[in-house]
Amino acid sequence: MSEELFTNLAIFVLSLLVGFEVMSKIPATLQTPMMSGANAIHGVVVVGAFVIAAEANSWVFYCLAFFGAFFAAVNVAGGYTVTDRMLGMFDRKPAAKKEDDQK
Amino acid sequence: MSALQTISSLIYLISAVCYVLGVHMMRSPKTARRGNGLSAVGMFLAVITIIVTIIVEGKIDAIGWVVLILGLALGILYGVVKARKVPMTDVPQLVSLFNAVGGGAAAVIGIFDYLLKGDGASLSIAFSLPVLLDVIIGGITFSGSLIATGKLSGHVSGKPITVPGARILNIIVVIAILASAWFMIGSPTNIWYVILALAMSLVFGLLMTLPIGGADMPVVVSLLNAFTGLAVAFAGFVINNQVLIIAGALVGAAGTILTLQMADAMNRSVANILAGGFGTGDSDTGSAADAVPVDVKETSADDIGLQLAYAQNVMIVPGYGLAAAQAQHEVAELAKVLTDKGINVNYAIHPVAGRMPGHMNVLLADVNVPYEQMKQLDDANPMFESTDVSLVIGANDVTNPLARESGNEISGMPILDVDKSKSVVVIKRSMSTGYAGVQNPLFSMDNTQMFFSDAKKGLQDIVASTKQYLE
Repeated sequence: MSEELFTNLAIFVLSLLVGFEVMSKIPATLQTPMMSGANAIHGVVVVGAFVIAAEANSWVFYCLAFFGAFFAAVNVAGGYTVTDRMLGMFDRKPAAKKEDDQK
Repeated sequence: MSALQTISSLIYLISAVCYVLGVHMMRSPKTARRGNGLSAVGMFLAVITIIVTIIVEGKIDAIGWVVLILGLALGILYGVVKARKVPMTDVPQLVSLFNAVGGGAAAVIGIFDYLLKGDGASLSIAFSLPVLLDVIIGGITFSGSLIATGKLSGHVSGKPITVPGARILNIIVVIAILASAWFMIGSPTNIWYVILALAMSLVFGLLMTLPIGGADMPVVVSLLNAFTGLAVAFAGFVINNQVLIIAGALVGAAGTILTLQMADAMNRSVANILAGGFGTGDSDTGSAADAVPVDVKETSADDIGLQLAYAQNVMIVPGYGLAAAQAQHEVAELAKVLTDKGINVNYAIHPVAGRMPGHMNVLLADVNVPYEQMKQLDDANPMFESTDVSLVIGANDVTNPLARESGNEISGMPILDVDKSKSVVVIKRSMSTGYAGVQNPLFSMDNTQMFFSDAKKGLQDIVASTKQYLE
């Protein structure tokens, strides 16, 4: 086994353990936003899209790089935006109420 | 290690820390939004780093820049517009769509590197195994999540779809995947091997998701979300990039735990859900013909308006039917009419009310329902004894008193004690059962009245009649 693969494997296993540990009991109210937030994080695949675009050298590879970039950008940009919108509804409550009171 | 590599590795490490802390902060409502923001900062750092890296390395050619920038620009435009415009009722299917493309991107990276590095030569198992896992898992989540999106949005029937001979078909597909794996690992690269692996994974994703009922889809979406995390981690192995490995594994593990908790909140096991064939998702659409002739009292919008106008404490119990009919504006209007006249109105929210756990809170928050009025299960249940009218809107199983008894499908499921209130009004389209397929004795109780209507239309009529009595 190469040293590189071994390092990556160690990082992978330890990250899995961190993931299990950081995710203790989630209140039901937050489960939908949490799923969406985790969904946004795997949008990091966009970094991979940059890497392959830099290596593309024929039309097959350019096509693949295009789809990789498109898919990953939808995931990361949409994921963070919709999660923020959802969570914004939880904390804009006091402000919205004040506006109503002033009316 | 060059200076560039050192710096970029350190920044990737910082962004990985941002993701972990971000997820950690998202566990509490107070810090959740900042947690997501912190995770976005991590993402921003990672993207800046890779941009600088490819510029400094200078390998990318002009066409590479064009396809990259075009793909990113179109993707960001599409993603942000969708995410901004989506009505809150449709969030689950949008998350599923974003998940699908994430899996798709991971699969594309695997295919790319297999074709680029293979070049006709035989590849080491250390390289081809991660490629294989990346392509297969990415393919499954791509097609599976698209079907889940379709089922949640109604483009694909929410009913469990079983293909004739599905079991044999499944076995054939799995054998084909194993065969493609064998070729990809042991033989010189060939574009057809990876195409076979991809095609079979896509078919497997379809076969896996189609037989599952719409009501179980949220758990499936969450599971596929965890799968995408793993696919992204394997893509990280393929291109030797640690930030992909860390973030992917984090999502894979955290997503798995979240899936188990969601299934738990819905009183279902993940294995049970994946076996499929259970639940139609929206059984309230069932025709009145499949009604069992139980002894129920029907009432009218006019009568409900009268009851509400003379009540002191009103409890609204919103359910799946309210989310499906998009009647949250009407319910908020009704509550406002009542509270303006000094009547106490609260919402009793079951953890799995709506389309997925926690979804109902988001829907009600969207129409400016005050946070203090949303009572969670444990806070709501003691309030029912002093409630004059409980208004159950499109909810069924979560109010079923049978859950307190043993020996049926919903035994032990936490429920709202609606039956303890002085009077119960149930707005429902028909007498059909909820997705557990169990009759609900609440409907035939002495203090229960049924109002058969679509949630939206019914609530509009009730608002009109209530106003009339309050003036």
